[in-house]
Amino acid sequence: MALLLKNAHVIDPQNDIDEVTDVLVRDGLVVAVGTDIELPEKLLVKDCAGKYLIPGMVDVHVHFRDPGQEYKEDILTGMRAAAHGGFTGVVPMANTKPVIDTGAMVEYLLEKAAWEPGRTRIYPLGACTKGLAGKELAEMGDMVAAGAVAFSDDGHGIQDGGMMRQVLDYAKMFDAPVLSHCQMEDIVGAGVVNEGVVSTRLGLTGWPAAGEETQIARDIELARLTGCHVHIQHLTTARAVDMVAHAKAEGVPVTCEVTPHHLFLNEDDIKADSYSTNLKMNPPLRTKEDNIALQEALIDGRIDMVATDHAPHAAHEKALEFNHAPFGTTGLETALGLLLTHLVLPGKMSWQRLVEVTSVAPRKLIGVEQVELVEGSTADYTIVDPEASWTVEEDDFYSRSKNSAFLGQELTGRATDVFVDGYASMEDGVVTF
Amino acid sequence: MLQHKHLIDIDEYSADEIIEILDTAKSFKEVNDRAIKKLPTLRGRTIINLFLEPSTRTRTSFEIAGKRLSGDVINFSASSSSTTKGETLADTAETLDAMNCDLIVVRSKQEGAPRILTQHMGAHVVNGGDGKHQHPTQALLDAFTIRETLGHLDGLKVGIVGDIAHSRVVGSLVPLLNIMGAEPIVIGPPTLMPARPDVLGARCSYILDDVLPELDVVYMLRIQQERLESAALPSLREYAMLYGINLARMDAMKDDAIIMHPGPINRGVELSQDAADSDRAVILDQVNSGVAVRMAVMYLLLGGEGNGAAA
Repeated sequence: MALLLKNAHVIDPQNDIDEVTDVLVRDGLVVAVGTDIELPEKLLVKDCAGKYLIPGMVDVHVHFRDPGQEYKEDILTGMRAAAHGGFTGVVPMANTKPVIDTGAMVEYLLEKAAWEPGRTRIYPLGACTKGLAGKELAEMGDMVAAGAVAFSDDGHGIQDGGMMRQVLDYAKMFDAPVLSHCQMEDIVGAGVVNEGVVSTRLGLTGWPAAGEETQIARDIELARLTGCHVHIQHLTTARAVDMVAHAKAEGVPVTCEVTPHHLFLNEDDIKADSYSTNLKMNPPLRTKEDNIALQEALIDGRIDMVATDHAPHAAHEKALEFNHAPFGTTGLETALGLLLTHLVLPGKMSWQRLVEVTSVAPRKLIGVEQVELVEGSTADYTIVDPEASWTVEEDDFYSRSKNSAFLGQELTGRATDVFVDGYASMEDGVVTF
Repeated sequence: MLQHKHLIDIDEYSADEIIEILDTAKSFKEVNDRAIKKLPTLRGRTIINLFLEPSTRTRTSFEIAGKRLSGDVINFSASSSSTTKGETLADTAETLDAMNCDLIVVRSKQEGAPRILTQHMGAHVVNGGDGKHQHPTQALLDAFTIRETLGHLDGLKVGIVGDIAHSRVVGSLVPLLNIMGAEPIVIGPPTLMPARPDVLGARCSYILDDVLPELDVVYMLRIQQERLESAALPSLREYAMLYGINLARMDAMKDDAIIMHPGPINRGVELSQDAADSDRAVILDQVNSGVAVRMAVMYLLLGGEGNGAAA
């Protein structure tokens, strides 16, 4: 049956569309966009008055813990959390147990996702090195044949520069980007928080920004050397932004992402009277000045996209002492609300730019078909209520884990409906699968 | 009576509250000098010393303090606890809470561990040292000793020398000195400095001899062997050369300046034999004050008023 999305404020920077109109969808594709569409008899109408309709958001950095740690998240709960947050597709990282480093593991991921219209798309990613050990190349060709769209040793970046060079050289033939988690571990040491104010005040071991920036510099030079597309994951500092921008200007094939927690939280949020482990991140929360620099760079285009690094952990793990608790926060279900509340609704960032950083740039990175608001496009859409006021609460999450760094925050704006291939994966705030 | 349930972070205490603790400790110190050193004040109260890293000195001091006030003191140490067998600190706290303990003293390698206890039990929590964060009763006993020896705290220049980065003593002593109007200066090599000593409220110097003549208190920290293993220092010999207090350095000190150390001392490293045994050294006074200060903290947190010793 055909679906008419009526009176939606449609945003599509690819076609410079920013207007209230109607979108007719059938068999997963857009049939027509406009206010004078000829309508079929059998028609489902969704009134979108007062809401925005944007190309479905894609998160190129999530952790679904499946296989191996399904008590934190599995593929299905992760896909549901994605839909609830307004995402139509996600790229799960390879640091599962066992690691996704063979074609068979990629097949497992796709089989378990059991994709059909109306379910979140999984864009598979494989490890660069076997077991994420940084010693031997993983079978990238086998993984590409099984459907992998990108490679990353996220969680534990490749320390050996020579090995990284091999990875980039080899990945180049598959035209797949390498997503790099940049932390030079011998500089970072046993750090758990940013080295500076918070490490001194709380007595916690510091994690200097230089550990991250040094390896970003290395990977930029290796991208220049090999010509392979290197995508810098979750950068956190003003200097890192400068290095990537400088390299891009020189024509080096490099892009980068930033997470909502590095945009909107900083080390000052970690207090001595709580030692909140939900604020323990890898890389760590940096400074207020970095927050501002990252926001500016996201708005002006030096940062290409937002990725959440959705990192679910069980309550009993986050209840440990700060040093023992695992790194990370969930992110899929809060990202859009945070971007709207802090950047779009106050007028700092345009809706067009929001779509670029959450939809266009992520799809471009992983080389999948773009979603547009024109006839013939695949109907992966997110519908956003810009006025919905809500509080980040554990009970509201579809994710199996509740370790959000943003619990208790009051946000404005969230996704109400999500369509994947023309069918709802979320309808009126309720996930359909 | 203190307006606090716990003593975890000295930053949360005001100058008046610190003075109240020190004054109360003074009356308990007199009790400790008697032949019969026991007061009935905490009779029927249960105090648990939860020591998750070994520390004979601090644990003994808290144990004596609790027993002198007639509390029932139970030692629960890492070797006899289940924390090494995979039980979480939260579960340990709930288990001890179910045994109706009134006050718990916790020592842990983990910064923030005392906060976890407060979230899982109703007892008063006293931080007996958490990782590299704080050790508030040590700072209080140091303040007590300085006040007894030099008569006051305000306006004094206190140089803290050594491994500043890894010291929980610094974490509490520097804020306390600031609260009390003294001027802390942290002194040591850059490899043993925290990233931002200024946020603790301390001036920083790498060269001891530059500041030594202006100090009223020279507070030496213990150098741990593991700092050599982590390449923070070339040798103990060079450390002693740059930072050790010896006869020559004592000559450069103010006439009435005192030498302190939280113990245990590495003789020949932080302090030469002459320095450790000199009249300037008040190290054993610190140990002696420790019992009285810990009695005062237990007494005041558990609702005591006045000087306590009259009870």
